[in-house]
Amino acid sequence: MYRYDAFDHRLVAERVAQFRDQTRRYLAGELSDDEFRPLRLQNGLYVQKHAPMLRVAIPYGLLSSLHLRVLAHIGRAYDRGYGHVTTRQNLQFNWPALERVPDILAELAAVGMHAIQTSGNCIRNVTSDHFAGVAGDEVVDPRPYCELVRQWSTLHPEFAFLPRKFKIAITGATSDRAAILVHDIGLQAVRGDDGAIGFRVAVGGGLGRTPIVGHVIREFLPRDEILNYLDAILRVYNLHGRRDNKYKARIKILVKERAPAAFAAEVEAEWRQLAGGPATVPDDEFARLEAHFTAPPYEALPADDAGYRAARADNRAFDRWASRNVHPHKVPGYAVVTVSLKRTGVAPGDITSAQMDAVAALADRHSFGELRVSHEQNLILADVRQRDLQALWESLRALGFATPTVGLLTDVVCCPGGDFCSLANAKSIPIAEAIQRRFDDLDYLHDVGELDVNISGCMNACGHHHVGHIGILGVDKNGSEWYQVTIGGTQGHGAAIGKVIGPSFAAADMPDVVARLVETYVARRHDDERFVDTVHRLGIEPFREAVYDPAHQPR
Amino acid sequence: MTRLISQGSVVADRWTLLRDATTLADLPDGAPAIVPLALWLRHRAALIARGEVGVLLGPADEPGAIAPDLGWIPVIAVDFPQFTDGRGYSEARLLRERHGYVGELRAVGDVARDQLCLLGQVGFDSFALPGERDLGAALAGLADFSDGYQSAYRRTPWYRRRTAAAAPAGAVPPPCA
Repeated sequence: MYRYDAFDHRLVAERVAQFRDQTRRYLAGELSDDEFRPLRLQNGLYVQKHAPMLRVAIPYGLLSSLHLRVLAHIGRAYDRGYGHVTTRQNLQFNWPALERVPDILAELAAVGMHAIQTSGNCIRNVTSDHFAGVAGDEVVDPRPYCELVRQWSTLHPEFAFLPRKFKIAITGATSDRAAILVHDIGLQAVRGDDGAIGFRVAVGGGLGRTPIVGHVIREFLPRDEILNYLDAILRVYNLHGRRDNKYKARIKILVKERAPAAFAAEVEAEWRQLAGGPATVPDDEFARLEAHFTAPPYEALPADDAGYRAARADNRAFDRWASRNVHPHKVPGYAVVTVSLKRTGVAPGDITSAQMDAVAALADRHSFGELRVSHEQNLILADVRQRDLQALWESLRALGFATPTVGLLTDVVCCPGGDFCSLANAKSIPIAEAIQRRFDDLDYLHDVGELDVNISGCMNACGHHHVGHIGILGVDKNGSEWYQVTIGGTQGHGAAIGKVIGPSFAAADMPDVVARLVETYVARRHDDERFVDTVHRLGIEPFREAVYDPAHQPR
Repeated sequence: MTRLISQGSVVADRWTLLRDATTLADLPDGAPAIVPLALWLRHRAALIARGEVGVLLGPADEPGAIAPDLGWIPVIAVDFPQFTDGRGYSEARLLRERHGYVGELRAVGDVARDQLCLLGQVGFDSFALPGERDLGAALAGLADFSDGYQSAYRRTPWYRRRTAAAAPAGAVPPPCA
């Protein structure tokens, strides 16, 4: 993974010093709340319901066991002994004291981490495929390009005060595990006919109040032009994006109002002025970045480990875990493992400091000391020998991290919601828990199969409810909490926004509503059809009827 | 006389900013004055003949509108109605890097020390800080960052300098004017 050099360390240290001085001036009354707010947000610091919240960047989801140990230490020393993995490959602390945040940032900086631009109207943490570098369907390893874009976006002097937040996702595989079409910019690294690397550029996707799937504005951009092109897109947006209404300020609205073709023409015109200029990336820089992401020293192993196969045949629980939480690896004899943070009774994505230390040790033992965080709020050990899987499973079980439900309906993606967040209209964590408690029969869950449930406590859509196969949105009706349900949303190259099935529900009804949707699917599915495929084939009507028809009225 | 930060130090400001000037009669006799873009475009020839006239650009103004006149304009002020409105950063880079403006480029409006280093990197070299009591202390903001990754005004991106900098005595140009 990328290791900071002296230059990287110096910039992050300077950012810590700058923020320490800003915090000092705020506490001394020299900066007002209004003046301090944008400054602290650009360093990931919110002021929430109960306390400040600090959002630490895990750039494109990659971290070392050392990083995780430092996060564990921060959880213990400055917070209440835990952290929360977000849907954008960040890790949040919910209870730090404002005056100690500069010290936290200094501890992060010492190991090459930061909270730069994890909030605010600027370019946010770059996200990527959590299987980058190990997936069999990868065409180009996106990580060197992610790091290039991380550096380009970090403290970019022209784009610190955009109309609104700006999110970039990069993938390099045939299937899109980074939801690039619902980002402000989605980059897919591809190879041209001559094998040269370039990018397919999509712009203007996003969730939130106005969910839109992004538009491809360029099919192939040579890689050396990537930063010129990003500068061009951001410049057009910075100059022309709406600033009169924060709900219409994202780039997706500009793209829509201009029409995608006209917006693309503006970007291309700006890019022609920049192409070949000083920001063009030389080959030696790509080579330098690629050298940070070389393959670890894999052993030569048989493609199929006999012991692993035998253990699966012998042990039903292990087999069930392996069928959901273990994924194919491009190197023979290795596997990718999802460490599930979705145990019933724990908020999705929450992890204690003790658990962080334990997982860091497992990463050292089984995965070359590296981990990833996924936007589905789980951790990933990317390079595990098949023959170690059973031992790893037993260790994970002891930690409560072996819930065998990855991709199933209880692998709920969920924002912190009304329990923590000042923006929320409704709580989301208790809804996730109620669904997990209702669907506690593993045989049934595995039979139902792949089903993404996404819950957001408000329109800002941190739980990505629009792209959940079942999406749940907390809404406020006359001061009480209600939940609107969408079905048919999907991520990936065929990304689609879910459709609302009808009027919203009280919290207590939600498990029944989900049960009716699932029962309808089970009754009507074709062989090997996923829930979302059945919804797309039949439309929402049969599902709507099942939920709202008086004959089916839940309790 | 008002003071401001210019070229890295605190100096007296010889320019009067006439935000609301709409006719030539609004200009003081002979004194250096900065006028809105609309006035400049309407009385371009007369103002060039008068001399000692600068131009104020608002956040929605198009820098290309004064591209042919840049050789005649000693100072351009870019207005930040709120410091969170970042359009002026792009305007500055267009003036400097696309249109080749080399005169004084001044940030005015809601500008504070926490923006100075970024403003310096995109080409501003003077800063009116109306709310700042201690301009001397604010000067430190110019040096918040010693360098940056990106291409900026008079700064080659770090990835093109890295190899040269690895050699002994590789000089890094200061990014914050």
